[in-house]
Amino acid sequence: MITGQAHAGDVEVTPMEHTPVNEPAEGAAPLRTADGVGNRPRHAVVARVAIGLAILVLASLPLFLAPYPIGLAGRILAFALLVVSVDLLTGVTGMPTLGQVAYFGTGAYAAGLVGIHLSASGVVQLLVGTAAAALLALVTGAVAVRTSGIVFLMVTLAIGELTHRVADSLTVVGASNGLAGIPAISVLPGGPPLQLAGLVYWWVLGVFLLGTAVAVLVVRSPLGRSMRGVRDGEKRLRALGQNTYPVKLTAYVVAGGLAGAAGTAWVAQTRFFSPGDLGFDVAAFALLSVVLGGAGTLWGPVLGAFVVILVRDWLSAYVDGKGALMLGVLFVVAVYTLPRGIAGARWRPRTGRATGAGS
Amino acid sequence: VIAWLDANSLSMLNGVALAAVLFLIAVGLSLVFGTMDVLNLAHGAVSLTGAYIGVALLDRGTTIPLFVVAVLAAAAFGMVAGTLLAAMTSSVGDHLRQALLTLGVALIAGDVLREIFGADVESVSAPASLGGAVSVFGKPYPMYRLVIIGVSAVIAVLLYLVLERTRAGAIVRATVADRAMVEAIGVRTNLVLGGVFGAGAALAAVGGLLAAPILGAQPGLDDTILLLALVVVVVGGLGSLRGALVGALLVGQVQTLGVALLSDYASFLLFAAMAAVLLTRPRGLLPARTGAH
Repeated sequence: MITGQAHAGDVEVTPMEHTPVNEPAEGAAPLRTADGVGNRPRHAVVARVAIGLAILVLASLPLFLAPYPIGLAGRILAFALLVVSVDLLTGVTGMPTLGQVAYFGTGAYAAGLVGIHLSASGVVQLLVGTAAAALLALVTGAVAVRTSGIVFLMVTLAIGELTHRVADSLTVVGASNGLAGIPAISVLPGGPPLQLAGLVYWWVLGVFLLGTAVAVLVVRSPLGRSMRGVRDGEKRLRALGQNTYPVKLTAYVVAGGLAGAAGTAWVAQTRFFSPGDLGFDVAAFALLSVVLGGAGTLWGPVLGAFVVILVRDWLSAYVDGKGALMLGVLFVVAVYTLPRGIAGARWRPRTGRATGAGS
Repeated sequence: VIAWLDANSLSMLNGVALAAVLFLIAVGLSLVFGTMDVLNLAHGAVSLTGAYIGVALLDRGTTIPLFVVAVLAAAAFGMVAGTLLAAMTSSVGDHLRQALLTLGVALIAGDVLREIFGADVESVSAPASLGGAVSVFGKPYPMYRLVIIGVSAVIAVLLYLVLERTRAGAIVRATVADRAMVEAIGVRTNLVLGGVFGAGAALAAVGGLLAAPILGAQPGLDDTILLLALVVVVVGGLGSLRGALVGALLVGQVQTLGVALLSDYASFLLFAAMAAVLLTRPRGLLPARTGAH
């Protein structure tokens, strides 16, 4: 794919930070400006203010929304964190995945089982769910990340579908009926259960912000650099003597853990989880949210997730169940009008570039 | 062994019949990927539309001429749909955005089909004269399924001959190998690619129609067909005619014989088999050597 050997000689070990060719969303990614090549202080300030405002708006939603829209907003946030985990692999590391639903479901079921049998504490559920998902990601990822491109996409599809079917037949988690009767969470063990929709929503928002912060830190860390290096020129990294397998596996485990955290947040919000919540369509919509938002930027896919769920679940209620149709129209229009996703809408660079899918 | 074969021969034959249909549907997906590098997620929707064309045309009694008309109608529809999709995807280079676009088209198509034909399961009857049973290995077996196997085998041979023995096939293979060179000798490669896309979609629509008497037609079937076809294509090897054939035979057997023998694990078998193949042979069982073989 990349014929980087000619360059390979004159670049030192971490070459990617000054490789301008394949840095999508440079400057289009306020969350990432600190790691960029040219510092754009004005953008950074604007971005910080925008993010601060967004968090403020999200946090104040319970003050003026009814319980149902608040529940929807909570589900959107949980889904958005799942989408962030997909972006971490698809956009940042260049490994398009349909398998994150497996870890999302693992986190959700683990949290639900803990809630029913052990502890109503959200903190405990978050920790257990995240750990369980990360563990499953370690075991499955150890094999999956040996592949790349379309084959990786199909292997992760297999992981997602197999998990879906295990959930569908395992009686411990309610099989096809789903896991019901999950008690309301409390924050700390023994604390009062959160009954008000707004309080539950704040918990979900907290998990979302925590998970996204972890993703941002990872992207800015040396590991994040290596991940972008894998995306932009894995062969070149290999030629420089860097073993890319640990990078990809670590990214996979981190993303799995984040998806698990998203699952615990989803269950905290809905107090119910069924195999349908980790089906192929959820996997597809999570991946498409990333593409719609702008792969590789973290905030774009979050917006993509908002748009997808709003159109599918909220807008469709007003147009008589035409959610799928409107989503289809949205996807088709977005491909032509937003070549680099929502994130690239305003700062559209002059040159287009094929992102890492397949090839 | 003889007793085992005897007990499972019908399962295996069912597997071959399923493989015949899957091959017709998957080969288009595979060739389009091989020649155009386009991942067409609307392929299942095209196929399901073929099945619904059967529902629309064959609702009162089916004769062989009428069935042939339906097949031709499905092929014509597929040709048009494929050409349109080729035009739509020609400016979209990246696989993920192709996925976004074609899945968007699939969602729209699925909703339109549901609007026209309703959400219920529709059945399509096989032609009356093919509706009987014939004796296979001393047991009765639906004649229609044997006919499907025969038709699919004929189409497979024709496809192979066209690709390997004709000038058009040579141009297609050359386009896969080096598009710029083919352009340089005066061939409009866009037309070649549109033609391959149209032919692939036509095969998918015909496959969907032929499968309709067995699988029926209902919303959501497009996703199932798409997933099965994707599995066939990656297991066999992207862009490869023989790969699609081998992949279809394998998936057909896994879905029938495997399910009959290991019914407890039925729902895991397909994806476990796919994962096993991909992890041992990442490029599939019979990957294309230089192009569409």
